[in-house]
Amino acid sequence: MALSIEEIKKLITSSIPDASIEIKDLVGDSNHYSAKISSKIFNGISKIDQHKLVYKSLKGKMGNELHALSITTEGK
Amino acid sequence: MNINEKLKEIITNNDVCLFMKGVPAAPQCGFSMAVSNILKHLNINFKGINVLEDENIRNGIKEYSDWPTIPQLYVKGEFVGGCDIIKEMFEKGELKTLLEDKKII
Repeated sequence: MALSIEEIKKLITSSIPDASIEIKDLVGDSNHYSAKISSKIFNGISKIDQHKLVYKSLKGKMGNELHALSITTEGK
Repeated sequence: MNINEKLKEIITNNDVCLFMKGVPAAPQCGFSMAVSNILKHLNINFKGINVLEDENIRNGIKEYSDWPTIPQLYVKGEFVGGCDIIKEMFEKGELKTLLEDKKII
């Protein structure tokens, strides 16, 4: 089952409420997305930890229902 | 040897190792190819570990790094990142700096 842009946004926002999120469906197949996410919780932590917070918000869907999501994160 | 010990041995014995889908000469996924190409571009001698050949390694490395996706790059025993982070670091020149700091180049 593929995830929609709205579902991905909802998952991320439920863990990271102040997140500003921009998601693109890269090839129009609801399977390859890129997401640009900014939040205050990213301030002062490493890129690895920033991406881990995003992965955690997706609750195990990354690499499963969600085949490919390229992530860019930044603080606010 | 359990899988964590095996992974630790691979990571310790290779200064630069890339857990990837496929091999450096023939990556089987665009993300693995991107990181492999960046390392080749920087003339880095690296060990590619094809996770598609071993389901234990494929699942084990995700747990070991607490990172859900492949590829994963390790330099001198330290997890550096997945495809997005490596691409970003490369574009900003930070990957080269890190490899210089770690005495790889």
